[in-house]
Amino acid sequence: MKETLQSRGSTAVRTRFFKRYGKYLYLLPAAVWIVGVVGYSVTRVFFFSFFDYNPLRADRTFVGLENYVRILQDPVFQKAMINSAIWTFGCVFFQVVFGLIGAVLLNQRFRGRGGIRGLTLIPWATPSVLAAMMWMWILDGNYGLLNDVLKRTGIIELPIPWFSQTTTALPALMLIDVWQGIPFFAVMLLAALQQVPGDLLEAAKLDGAGPWKIFWSVVFPLITPTLLITTVLRIVWTASYMDLMMVVTQGGPAYATLTIPLSAYYTAYSELAFGEAMAKATVQALLLLLFVLVYLRLFRRRGAVDDVQ
Amino acid sequence: MTSNKRIPWSRIALWTLLAVWLVFALGPYVWMLLTSLKDRAELFTMPVRYLPQKWTLESYKALLGQTDFLRFMRNSLVVAGSTMITTLLLAIPAGFTLSRHEYRGKPVILSLLISSQFFPSILLVLGLYPIMREMGLLQNLLGLVIVYAAFVTPFTIWLIKGFFDGVPREIDEAAKIDGCNEVRMIWHVHLPVIVPGLVAAASYIVIYSWNEFLFAVTFASSVRTNTVPVGLKTFIGDFVMRWDLLTAGGVMAAIPILVFFMIIQRRLISGLTSGAVKS
Repeated sequence: MKETLQSRGSTAVRTRFFKRYGKYLYLLPAAVWIVGVVGYSVTRVFFFSFFDYNPLRADRTFVGLENYVRILQDPVFQKAMINSAIWTFGCVFFQVVFGLIGAVLLNQRFRGRGGIRGLTLIPWATPSVLAAMMWMWILDGNYGLLNDVLKRTGIIELPIPWFSQTTTALPALMLIDVWQGIPFFAVMLLAALQQVPGDLLEAAKLDGAGPWKIFWSVVFPLITPTLLITTVLRIVWTASYMDLMMVVTQGGPAYATLTIPLSAYYTAYSELAFGEAMAKATVQALLLLLFVLVYLRLFRRRGAVDDVQ
Repeated sequence: MTSNKRIPWSRIALWTLLAVWLVFALGPYVWMLLTSLKDRAELFTMPVRYLPQKWTLESYKALLGQTDFLRFMRNSLVVAGSTMITTLLLAIPAGFTLSRHEYRGKPVILSLLISSQFFPSILLVLGLYPIMREMGLLQNLLGLVIVYAAFVTPFTIWLIKGFFDGVPREIDEAAKIDGCNEVRMIWHVHLPVIVPGLVAAASYIVIYSWNEFLFAVTFASSVRTNTVPVGLKTFIGDFVMRWDLLTAGGVMAAIPILVFFMIIQRRLISGLTSGAVKS
């Protein structure tokens, strides 16, 4: 369409209009699509979080802040908020630590480095349901590989039902997420490590600094911006990630693995209380937004996260 | 000779750590593969037998013969392919214009693109459900394509903009002197140059759509429309776990994505990291 418009060049006005605004046509379809889906649903969720609302029946009653008051007073939702915090920060903490070690390992020179790099990334490309399933089988209470190994080595006497006792269910799920997420940090930090100029390392070595000292005082400050950005991205993403709970524990046992998004999901689809579920989702979004703003403010002041904008 | 006899502790440490990492990363896959090759009765023995006593493809026969797994694969392929085409059609022009044209609010547009990735997916699930229901897009693969395309387009634009940035501006000038208009220039001049980048973007989209679970289970879980992840989930019953079907299905679901991933991982990663690392 653009071609015919231009080649005919019918009127000067039209051409000028096109020259001026034509570039927006390139952006328009994508913008409409994204705003139409993401913008629409975010607005709608926020709006109906103030309603008693069930899309299966057509009724909706405005209830003001009632949904919010109710969920914030609900001990189960309070538990979900605590679980969400443990889940999110726990998972990301271990991913950062092991991802950093992994990046340093992969940055060494050794035979077959390219292939090994590729292999270590595989968990990251694994579908969540598949990851959940593989670990359910390994951690199975009766016939699981882990219990078998622990019994053979004499560490435990009786098999541990990892996913069905309150103390181990959430940590076991976190193990799966950490398994999936380590490669993400390893890859991002490896890319940052490779950008560290070699002469800087040479200079530090000439000054007589050992490898440990070089890493913490020369290399680490240089990769900090990447570390901060990938961490905030991963935190936001992990907080919303609920596939593993949906497949493995459905929030149980005794709400031990119930997180905020999962709680919103079940409120909507099991109790059909969509208004309340939307209030929960809004709380989740606002908490994340608050977290990101504080995080950026905190680190922007140190001049570390400038490039995220 | 004596000087070379020192034990290379740092090498040993490196390889030990790498070995531990590889066992941790790949162990679950190996165990799934071994399990899928066992006889069903052999799965439930204690203590566990690590290698199959009798190597058999019975689980795969059951998977293909008794379940709709092939249909799940077909659904996943359809969704992944359609999402890929839709997203590329949306993202290529957007990526081009953000790379080449001047805009008043360009930094704002770019940060909006990134921030749209921050919205929790539960918001989209809840917000879209009523309207999708009204429009008949539930239990419909088209609905999934619409949602997936919206979800992956921002990041794809970001990737593709980076690839266009890598094409020298002199090429644009030359094409313009030859009387090429912009759309033809993108098609005939730019796209061939950024094909490797497009492959990386396409594979990101395919991997996302192939793996996605939450939208698929909420919007399209029916025997007719199950994608592979949702289909696999149906083998996890409330009381009976069909580990034979699960492990065989898991192997079959993993093969295409892993082959694909190993082929493109280097390029995908350079694309992914360039956004985060450069400043």
